[in-house]
Amino acid sequence: MWNLSDIAKSVDEWLNSVMSPTWVLVVEMVVIGVLAIALFAVLGLVLVIMERKVAAYMQIRLGPNRVGPKGMLQSLADTVKLLVKEGLTPAGADKFLFNLAPFIAMITAMLLLAPLAFAKDFQIWDLNIGVLYITAVSSLSVIGILMAGWSSNNKYSLLGAMRSGAQIVSYELSAGLAIMTVVILTGSLQMSEIVKSQADGWWLFKGHIPAIISFVIFIIAVTAETNRAPFDLAEAESELTAGFHTEYSGMKFALFFLAEYINVFIVCAVGATLFLGGWMPFHIGNWEGFNHVMDYIPSSIWFFGKTFFLIFVIMWFRWTFPRLRIDQLLNLEWKYLLPISMLNILVVTLIAIKGWHF
Amino acid sequence: MYTITEEILTTPSGDMVINVGPQHPATHGVLHLLITLNGETIKKVEPHLGYIHRSIEKMCESLSYRQFIYSTSRMDYLSAHINNHGCALAVEKGLQVEIPPRAEVIRVLMDELTRVASHILAWGALAMDLGAFTPFFHAFREREMINDIMEETCGARLTMNYMVPGGVMMDIHPNFQRRVKELLKQFSEKIDEYDELVTYNTIFINRTKNVGYLSKEDAISFGVSGPSARASGVSCDIRKIYPYSIYDKLKFDEILYTEGDSYARYMVRVQEVKQSLSIIEQLIDNIPEGDFQAKTKAVLKLPKGEFYSRVETARGELGVYIVSEGGMTPYRIKFRSPGYSNLSALDHMTRGSKIGDLIASMGTLDLVIPDIDR
Amino acid sequence: MNREELQAYLGGLGSSLTFEEGGEWINLFVDPGQFRELMEKLRNDEQLAFDYMFCLTCVDWKTHLTMVYHLSSTRYRYNIVVKAKLDRAKPEIQTICDIWRTAEFHEREVYEMFGVNFIGHPDLRLLILPDGWEGKNPMRKDFEDPVNMIKL
Repeated sequence: MWNLSDIAKSVDEWLNSVMSPTWVLVVEMVVIGVLAIALFAVLGLVLVIMERKVAAYMQIRLGPNRVGPKGMLQSLADTVKLLVKEGLTPAGADKFLFNLAPFIAMITAMLLLAPLAFAKDFQIWDLNIGVLYITAVSSLSVIGILMAGWSSNNKYSLLGAMRSGAQIVSYELSAGLAIMTVVILTGSLQMSEIVKSQADGWWLFKGHIPAIISFVIFIIAVTAETNRAPFDLAEAESELTAGFHTEYSGMKFALFFLAEYINVFIVCAVGATLFLGGWMPFHIGNWEGFNHVMDYIPSSIWFFGKTFFLIFVIMWFRWTFPRLRIDQLLNLEWKYLLPISMLNILVVTLIAIKGWHF
Repeated sequence: MYTITEEILTTPSGDMVINVGPQHPATHGVLHLLITLNGETIKKVEPHLGYIHRSIEKMCESLSYRQFIYSTSRMDYLSAHINNHGCALAVEKGLQVEIPPRAEVIRVLMDELTRVASHILAWGALAMDLGAFTPFFHAFREREMINDIMEETCGARLTMNYMVPGGVMMDIHPNFQRRVKELLKQFSEKIDEYDELVTYNTIFINRTKNVGYLSKEDAISFGVSGPSARASGVSCDIRKIYPYSIYDKLKFDEILYTEGDSYARYMVRVQEVKQSLSIIEQLIDNIPEGDFQAKTKAVLKLPKGEFYSRVETARGELGVYIVSEGGMTPYRIKFRSPGYSNLSALDHMTRGSKIGDLIASMGTLDLVIPDIDR
Repeated sequence: MNREELQAYLGGLGSSLTFEEGGEWINLFVDPGQFRELMEKLRNDEQLAFDYMFCLTCVDWKTHLTMVYHLSSTRYRYNIVVKAKLDRAKPEIQTICDIWRTAEFHEREVYEMFGVNFIGHPDLRLLILPDGWEGKNPMRKDFEDPVNMIKL
């Protein structure tokens, strides 16, 4: 059966047979870069159409249904429209920062792709501090947003950026602590190790109630970190028109838009990896027959299936919940989520030390 | 209306002044609020009006008593029927004409359908202002049914111009009763869904409870009327306290809440939908036979004098004040629009709260800008 | 109190009050000089408690302006109309926006539409009309605007 790691391996072998190892590295890097950008484009298109279809389903309407079969090419048409649109820069804006901000947002999202394990043995960079890398790099995204808000020279943008700054910095704590519970249980920061440790069951089920608590906190915190409703205060359409990207148009706006969806994908992928076993098929303890059947499903399908399930959950939030107010948002983090996750991490430590988990 | 200069936008204390509107998603039209902010806290809200002021009052001075009613549909376009009803009542007071019972029942039915349509739209729009997009579409599902009923009978979906002095313009469509019953059935099935989706949502409750508080005394002093005032405990339903048409013969309750916050204003609307539906239920099988319009002269002339009618629109009390000199056109017309007075309380309600609270307060006041600007 | 009793009671509130017969409600004419005093009495008198002002407007009678105040009592459900004749050349009247706060907006509207100067109003600026319309008073009967007004 074909799988992604075999393809990668055969490409690597073929390259090694025709050129020197240095050139192999260069060529492989270029290929990975192209693949990453291609993945971005495809993900952007898929997620946008998915969001619109999910929203339409929840809102008893049809959603896009004109371009392509059942409207599936609508986001492609939108991309073309955005590409040919004029990218305006306001007269009072700090032009350098204004034009830099969307790229910062995009590059941060791209960097986060590195340690994700898309399938069995298929990973761009299996660095030994993968989880730490993700938490560190994802906090850079706030710089892009602050930069956009500040340089636009627009009060709505500034308010949106301030909100976003306060929000991302606060919710990173809970997200980090939620991730830490899995790290404690696994004893490793490496993504591949974390996935392998879930061969006999996912941490969501193995780690008792504390793992479930931290999973819920993780989902809430990453929804806030990616500025998605009900935590979309940075954009808050009805309050701040469009928040930090009020002044952006054309492709620069599209980059922010894309970065938001890519971030959603990445946090969901991280969530799926940490709590739902990543590419690991659904295994139950020692049920050999059942586990064997599950293994027949390719690992990449498992990974994307879990990720898209989480993405669907986050979209579900967006289309059903009203938005929180800024003080309620910060109260939720500092008065509820943070104390709970701190307590939770102590319990998990106890479980890990005593070896009570399955 | 106001030209914005640099001096207005920078205050000596360093507070931030933002223009909310005239084009802003939450103002539902072209309302312009100049808000002074300290961080996220509102220090002052200053409305600037006039972006769609059409001077309907001045226009009406050169229109005949039959014609001027049509321009009133364009004031509060969400309760167009009730505006027309108020004007027709004022003219009828001058004409001393007896309205056939069939016309009265049709008028009340149309008024209540309009009220339901307006309240569920307010329900959806409030949820959308607070960031939940889905309820808006659910609200439109039932609103479309009402609009279809209106279209069949009146020929229009928004500005119906159905009521004329002496009755209604034409008889109801043969399908009217059947479709209204379908609507009632649909509502009885879906009204719980409304509550589940929004009313009991914790985030929604947190966003609206204790937000935009308006005390009973302030509500009266600011001239706030309609659901917004009833949420503060002011008994001000014109249908109850100064009954017009056949409202004194109908069984319905005036919804009163005493909290005076945004949640109470929201709840009043939700409960009023149920009351209006019960009024429709009482009337739909009991439309008397007879004329739908009283016989009136082709050219209406009101005697010299002043005529004032008060009706309860979906937003509050609409007053139509006609000063007649005995001619074919009114000498002066004043529309006391509910939105104008309700808006004046906004500054008082929102000082010291956050931007999000301003949106919630504005959403629960249910402002319709053409009603304010006239 | 019925209508006659109310009219008799109101008659005792001031010396310059005259009543206009007919109409749905009691029409009360007051001299602009005593206007403010009367309005305070109407609001604060325990027997009347006219706490709700539901309409405030002005009528241009070509010879003079008439301010019209519709008052209602939420306690006793009385309605009365208070009117005050103003000089058309220099219309001035005391503000009542501290008694009924709704009057603040309504007085601003009357100020820009009819040019009535409300003495003591805290913020008498244009509310609806754009800048540059000060002193034009479009709702007056003799207002002419050849561009925007279409005569029917």
